[in-house]
Amino acid sequence: MATEFAFPDSAAKAAGAEQDFAPEKMSLSMGPSHPSTHGVLRLQMELDGEILVKCDPVLGYLHRGDEKIAENMTYNQFVPYTDRLDYLAPLANNMAFAIAVERLAGLEVPARCQAIRVLTAEMARVSAHLMGLGAFGLDVGAWTVLVHSLNQREHLYKLFEELTGARFTTSYTRIGGVTRDVPEGWLGRVIEFCDQFEPALEETLALLTRNKIFQDRTVGVGVISKEDAIAYGLTGPNLRGSGGSLDLRKDKPYSGYEQYEFDVPIGSKGDCYDRYLCRGEEMRQSVRIIRQVIAKFPGGDWYAKDARKIFAPPKDKILTSMEELINNFMIVTEGPQIPAGEVYFEAENPKGALGFYIVSKGGGVPWRLKIRSPSFCNLSILPKVCAGTMISDVVTLLGSLDFVMGECDR
Amino acid sequence: MSASVDAISAIKAKFSQITDRPSRDCPAIDVPNADIVTVLRALRDEGGFDLLSDLTAIDWAEGASPRFTAVYHLFSTVSYAAIRVATPCIGEDSAPTVPSVVTLWPAANWHEREAFDMFGIKFETHPDLRRILMWDGYPYHPLRKEFPLAGIETALPDLEVAEETKAKVIAAPMMGGPFVASAGEMNLTEAEPRAKDESWNERSAKPDA
Repeated sequence: MATEFAFPDSAAKAAGAEQDFAPEKMSLSMGPSHPSTHGVLRLQMELDGEILVKCDPVLGYLHRGDEKIAENMTYNQFVPYTDRLDYLAPLANNMAFAIAVERLAGLEVPARCQAIRVLTAEMARVSAHLMGLGAFGLDVGAWTVLVHSLNQREHLYKLFEELTGARFTTSYTRIGGVTRDVPEGWLGRVIEFCDQFEPALEETLALLTRNKIFQDRTVGVGVISKEDAIAYGLTGPNLRGSGGSLDLRKDKPYSGYEQYEFDVPIGSKGDCYDRYLCRGEEMRQSVRIIRQVIAKFPGGDWYAKDARKIFAPPKDKILTSMEELINNFMIVTEGPQIPAGEVYFEAENPKGALGFYIVSKGGGVPWRLKIRSPSFCNLSILPKVCAGTMISDVVTLLGSLDFVMGECDR
Repeated sequence: MSASVDAISAIKAKFSQITDRPSRDCPAIDVPNADIVTVLRALRDEGGFDLLSDLTAIDWAEGASPRFTAVYHLFSTVSYAAIRVATPCIGEDSAPTVPSVVTLWPAANWHEREAFDMFGIKFETHPDLRRILMWDGYPYHPLRKEFPLAGIETALPDLEVAEETKAKVIAAPMMGGPFVASAGEMNLTEAEPRAKDESWNERSAKPDA
C-alpha cells in the first residue's frame, strides 16, 4: 500500500506517448443531456480516432446547494431534500439521514422502527438496482430488460405509495422514527410482491447473463482493480464488483442488519460484467432480507416514544392534550433539539456508502452538513478508467457504474 | 475493532503533536496543519486506513480562529474501523491553505476540488485545483457563512448568451424567507424561525440592485 499516485493520470500520458506520429486529436463534448449519461453529466473527451486519450467529467449541472440549504433548516425539514439525492432510492436516503441525526442525538429507536427502515431500504435497493439494470441494458442495446424492470418497479411504487403516500419522493423517516406505521395487510402484499418478483427477476437476468451480445459488450470492459477501487474511494456494488468485500450492512451493521442472514456477492475481475452480476445477486439477497424482516416483524412502538423533544407526539394526543400541543409546536417551529457535537454516519445505499457528516452547535439546525455521495466518489475514477478505451465502451462503463447525478451534484 | 484502537494509539504515541478531538462516534484526532500529510500517511500505511471515505471542510464563521477546518474521514476495509482527522487551515480568510493529500488517495482529488469550490480553501500541491460544482469563473464560494442562502446576482457563465439574452443569474426570490430556526446558544426570540432578509417581501418590491 506504500505507493504514491501520480497526477495527472499516467495512463493517459502513456497512451499519448505511444503514438509514433502526432495526429490531430478531436475534442468531443458528450452530454450534459445524453441518454447514456443518466442525468446531466458532461464528459469533455479528447479522441484519437475512436480511442479516448483523455476524459474530463464536468459536474454541477444539477447542483442545488443542498448542503447550504441544510444549514438553514431544521433536521426534519431536510428529510425531503434527502429524497432528491439518489432519487431512485429515496427510502434508503431517508433512513441514512435519520440514523445520522439520531446518532448525534444519542437516540435509540425501537426494534419495530428499525425493522420498518430495513424493510423499506431493501425495497428501495431492489427498485434502484432494477432501474440501474434496465438502464444498463438499454445502454448496450437490450431494450426488453428495461421494460421488464420498469414493470417490477411499478409494483414496488404501488407499495411505496400505500406506505408513504408518495411513489417517488417518499420523505418517510423522521428523526426518531418514521412518519407512520405500516398499513394493515401491507406486509402480506410485500410478500406477494416477493413471490412474483423472484421468478420475474430470474427471467429478466436470463435475458442478459448468458447473452452473447451483452457479454461481448461488457466482459473485460472497464476493468477496475481492487486497489484502484479502494484508492479512488469506490463503494457499493462498484467496489464489490472489483473484489473488495466491503458491505457496511455486514461489516458495520446499523439498524439491526446483524440479525439478518444474507450473502455479499463479490466480483473477481472488476469489469462491467462483474458489476452487473453483483447487482443481480444483490437483488436476490435483498428479497431474502425482506422475507426475514417480515417473518420476525417486531411489535411495539414505531417511533422513539421517550424522545419527547425530538419526535412529535401522535396527532390524537396533540388534539386532546395541551402539553402535547405545546410540545408539537416547539418541535415544528424550532425543530428537534440536537446536542452539540459532530457525527459521521455511512449507510450502505444501492449506489454505495452514503455518508452524512453533521456538525451541530446545539439547537434545531445543523451548523454544517456534508453529504458524502457515493456517485460522486464512484465517478471520480472515470478519468482513469476511460483513458485508452474505445468511445463505445464509455457508454457501457457509465451504465455499469450506475450513478445518479442528483446525488453526485447535490 | 481492538486492532484499530491499537493502531491509533501507536500513531498517537509516535506523533506527540496529535491531540484528541471530542467525538460522538468514531475516534477523532486534531493534527497541526504542517503535519497532516505525515500523520495521514502513517494512518494509511501503518494504521491500515486504506479508504478515504470523505474529505470536507467546516467554516466556523467570520472572526473565528481558525476560521476553516479541514476534516478527513478514513476507513479501514480490513478492520472496519473509522477515524476522523481534523486540521485547521492557515493563512488569510480569503485564501486559507492546507496541504493536499491527492498523492495518498486519488479519491481526494475531487473532494479537494469541491472544498476549494465551496470554501475557497487552497490545497497546496493539488495538481488540478479547479471548481467542480460551480462553473469556472464563478466569483464566490457558496458554503462560506457570509454567502446568503438566496445567492448573489452574477453574470451568466456563457458571455455570448448573456449578451444576446441580457440574462443574469439572479438571487432566489425568498419572499421574506427563509423562515428557519437559528443554530447556536441564544434565547428563543432570536432562535425562532423568522424572515432573515426583510428588505423585501410580498408587500414591498425588491429594491433595484
